[in-house]
Amino acid sequence: MKLDIIANELNWKLLTKISLTKIDIDTGYSGDLLSDVLANCEPGSLWITIQKHKNILGVAAAKDISAVILAGGIIPDDALIETAEKRDLAVFTTEETAFITSGKLYRLLKKDGV
Amino acid sequence: MKEEDCLLKFEIQGGEFLDSGESSVVIKDYLKKIGIPHPFIRRVLIATYEAEMNVVAHAERGTLCFMIAEKTVVIRVQDKGPGIPDVDLAMQKGYSTATQEVRQMGFGAGMGLPNMKQNSDTLIINTEVGTGTEVIMEFTL
Repeated sequence: MKLDIIANELNWKLLTKISLTKIDIDTGYSGDLLSDVLANCEPGSLWITIQKHKNILGVAAAKDISAVILAGGIIPDDALIETAEKRDLAVFTTEETAFITSGKLYRLLKKDGV
Repeated sequence: MKEEDCLLKFEIQGGEFLDSGESSVVIKDYLKKIGIPHPFIRRVLIATYEAEMNVVAHAERGTLCFMIAEKTVVIRVQDKGPGIPDVDLAMQKGYSTATQEVRQMGFGAGMGLPNMKQNSDTLIINTEVGTGTEVIMEFTL
C-alpha cells in the first residue's frame, strides 16, 4: 500500500519534505529498543517508536526502513529532520499512542490484503 | 590485517550517543556502490552499528576499521575502555551492564553482542579488563 494513502488515512503529520507516492509499504514494526528493531524489523517496514534521538536514523539506514512514525505526539529536533530529509527518509508524528497507531496500521494493511 | 588496510576508518567517542551510528551509513553507501546485495549489506550494518554503540555506551573511545579482503568484509573495532570481565556472560541475550540513562535511549537491551554474533560469520573478541576490547567480525560473501 502506498505510503501517502496510509499517512492520509491515519492522519499522520509528515515532518520531512519528501515525496511519498513511490514508497510501498507491506508491514510495520513497533519498538523502542534499538537492538530489537535491528534484530527483528523486516526491511522496508514502517517503524513505530517513541525514540526521537538521532540514532534512530542509523537503525533506519541499517534496516532499510521506509518511514518512521513517532507516536504519542513526539516531535524530534530540527537536526534529526534535516538529516532524515538528506537521506530521503520519511518521518511522521502522530498524537496517538504506539499501540493505537500499530493497531490502525495493521488493520489498514490487512484490509488492503497485504 | 594492518592499519593501512582500512578502507574506511572512524573514530568513536565514548558517551557521544547523538553523533554516533554514522559509520553504518557511510559503509552502506560504499557497499551499495560496489554492487553488494542488500541482505549482505544489512548483516554488516546491524553488526557494525551494535559494535559502534558498544564503544559509545561502555568505552572512553575507539576506532572502527572497515576492510575488504577477497570475498570477505572485515570490521575491526578497538577501544580503550573497561574490557569485558566475562565474555560468555556478555554474550547472553538480555545481559547488559548499561546505565539507566543509556537504556532510556533504547540501548542496553543485552542484544548487542548476540546481534553481532548472529549477523557475522566469525566474531572474535579480545578483551582485557581495565585496558580495552578488540572485536573482529568477518562477513563472507
